[in-house]
Amino acid sequence: MKPYLREKTAFSFDEVPENTSFEAGYLVSVNSGWRSIRPVIDAAKCIGCEQCYLYCPDGVISVRDGKAEIDYDFCKGCGICAKICKIGAIRMEAERG
Amino acid sequence: MSKRFLSGNEAFAEGIRLAKPDVISAYPITPQTIVVERLSEMVEDGSLQSEFIHVESEHSALSCAIGASAAGARAFTATSSQGLLYMAECLYYASGGRFPIVMMNADRSTALPWNIYGDQRDSLSQLDSGWIQAYAENAQESLDLALMSYRIAEHPDVSTPFMVNLDGFVLTHTYETVEIPESEQAARFLPAYETENRVDFENPKNLAFSAGPDHNYIFKYKAHRGLLAAADVIAETEREFAEIFGRKYSGLIEQYRTEDADLILITLGSIAGLCRESADRMRMQGIRAGVIRIRYMRPFPNAEIAEALRNAKAFAVLEKDISFGNEGTVFTNVNSALQKAGLNIPGQNYIGGLGGRNISAGNIEAIFRGLVSGAPRVSFIGIGGDGSGE
Amino acid sequence: MANKTAESISREEFFYGHKACAGCGGSLAVRAALKVLGQNAVSVLPAGCMSAVGFNFPQLCFSNNSIISTFAGTASMLTGIEAGLRAKGYTDFTAVGFAGDGGTADIGIQALSGAIDRGDNIIYICYDNEAYMNTGIQKSGLTPFGARTTTTPAGQNIHGNIREKKNMFEIVAAHGIPYAATASIGYLPDFIEKVRKASQIKGTKYIHVIAPCPTGWGIAPDETVEIAKEVVDSGLWYLAEYENGRFILNRKPKQFTDAAAYLRKQGRFRHLSDEDIAHVIESRDRKWEYINQNFTYGG
Repeated sequence: MKPYLREKTAFSFDEVPENTSFEAGYLVSVNSGWRSIRPVIDAAKCIGCEQCYLYCPDGVISVRDGKAEIDYDFCKGCGICAKICKIGAIRMEAERG
Repeated sequence: MSKRFLSGNEAFAEGIRLAKPDVISAYPITPQTIVVERLSEMVEDGSLQSEFIHVESEHSALSCAIGASAAGARAFTATSSQGLLYMAECLYYASGGRFPIVMMNADRSTALPWNIYGDQRDSLSQLDSGWIQAYAENAQESLDLALMSYRIAEHPDVSTPFMVNLDGFVLTHTYETVEIPESEQAARFLPAYETENRVDFENPKNLAFSAGPDHNYIFKYKAHRGLLAAADVIAETEREFAEIFGRKYSGLIEQYRTEDADLILITLGSIAGLCRESADRMRMQGIRAGVIRIRYMRPFPNAEIAEALRNAKAFAVLEKDISFGNEGTVFTNVNSALQKAGLNIPGQNYIGGLGGRNISAGNIEAIFRGLVSGAPRVSFIGIGGDGSGE
Repeated sequence: MANKTAESISREEFFYGHKACAGCGGSLAVRAALKVLGQNAVSVLPAGCMSAVGFNFPQLCFSNNSIISTFAGTASMLTGIEAGLRAKGYTDFTAVGFAGDGGTADIGIQALSGAIDRGDNIIYICYDNEAYMNTGIQKSGLTPFGARTTTTPAGQNIHGNIREKKNMFEIVAAHGIPYAATASIGYLPDFIEKVRKASQIKGTKYIHVIAPCPTGWGIAPDETVEIAKEVVDSGLWYLAEYENGRFILNRKPKQFTDAAAYLRKQGRFRHLSDEDIAHVIESRDRKWEYINQNFTYGG
């Protein structure tokens, strides 16, 4: 199971564990704020070859119905996917705002 | 129950056989080595079913034990002196992670100058590392502590690693008759280790993680609270131990003729026997002398020491330790206990036995007499007062 | 269109939401390896980049059982976990370590050597980004000749690191380890196959994977994979295995790509003189002479 965002992000004194062990894959913050550029998939071009999925250091790309999708909550905008895509189906665009 | 003639090291190894650790990480160092030698023989002859790991250093010995504990296993290792200092990083790691590992330390001098003989500068330098620290006086107590230590360390309120200290050579290599409990009795006394602080394939865990300023101090507070909780668990464990095995222990300190004593000598470890004999001789000379043997340096017996000293006219601390630039660490701890109790009792600190140097009955009687005459506050036996604190 | 490599590994993500720099090669190595080993991998990560970015309570980025070890203690903690789990009756798990170059070739080499010597049933993966990156790019035993780090500054007198990279692969092999391999995240299918192979062999396994660090190497975040390919293609790194006492070369470039170009595009090598580059190429050629003599070429 993939680590995922939890609702509970604050821990009171009693809720802090007694020892340094806790539920695996517990996320409380996203990484989207790190991006200055974002990958955008051109679904018309994407052939679902999964090279981008394979080489993404953050594992934020998945292929559904033969097309790549990006989890923008955790994409850092490194651009490796755009470079690895041989057919140019991913382009990097400036983040707005 | 059987009786055997065993050294302190061997008695401790017998206690570990009864405690049945799942994993033993072993590395030799004088004067601890005999413990891991005996345990390897027990594994060889099948009387102990443990994973016996020949680690390549003391750092790895404790790191391996931490890994085993994080797997939910009962872990044991043993060390001494330089080895204890070499694994120091892992001491803090084990206590911060609340891994209830048991380790025997053969108390030995620390280099430089090199020396293999007994003093307590190794373990006393690690009082702040977050471990329960017990000091045995004899081989029987060593064996009994090996067994009790797991029950105390693994208690859910405590979850803290446990260091049992045996004076190098004087205790580790001295033979005496020791009663060895039956394994059925031991199994009744010491339940299997259960914890949630472990690798769990049904509910996976992330362990030994980082924690930033918001939470870090809460983890530290809870570790402190766990170590403090050991005091009650020690008392409860000793009660049950007495019921099953018939031997009684007295908690964090052991007192000898202190009820009416004017002068009380406080010490720890195997020298206590000689101190008690000296107290008897002092009493024959009309001086009301008593002895406190500190059995646990952590949790520190603040209230117990203050209570025992309440009516004394003076006290001395005799320790095989010096914190260069100040005084003996045990003395510092004892004075803190008195200050917290609002007691102002004159005390003297005697440093002795460093590098294995002999402490004689005459030396101890001189300590008692010094309490009458008012000797310097900090003295090295055989050298004299160094004037600090005057 | 099926991707054979993608099909061969878990669809799950086990290392997710971490705070590694954008384009981090180390995080790709960890992610890919865990997708081979699956949910029953127990990962040990020493103090270093991957533990710093993945384990900050309450943000815990591994979905499999994972633990931080001391810096020196990756291998010894793996030993303890493997022995502990086995003692508790578990059989279906893989104890895997992910340590950086400093954690492996410098401070952790003793514990690693001990584990190999004992034959402990663990996989040790060194993600090599060629310097102490977590502390801010200091020289390690695996920093290559000429690299500028914050402790090997490039000045008039000394042009960065004056020592060659330590040969961890052959040091490990010299123990008679059951399986060792070199890899690069630029050749991910090869790395993934090696992790799979390691998971099927009993005893100690070691995989040394080049994992570029955009921050420390002075490259753009999107260049990580390319540069990791180029280091192999230019002959400055190689893909090989050690098994059954034999060295096997997995990839033999017919002609090396331009090593000078590889070096010049990285900030850490930008100061190198022509002589320095000639020295790097000379060392490379000597190394390949040795490889050609002592390694068998095969898949």
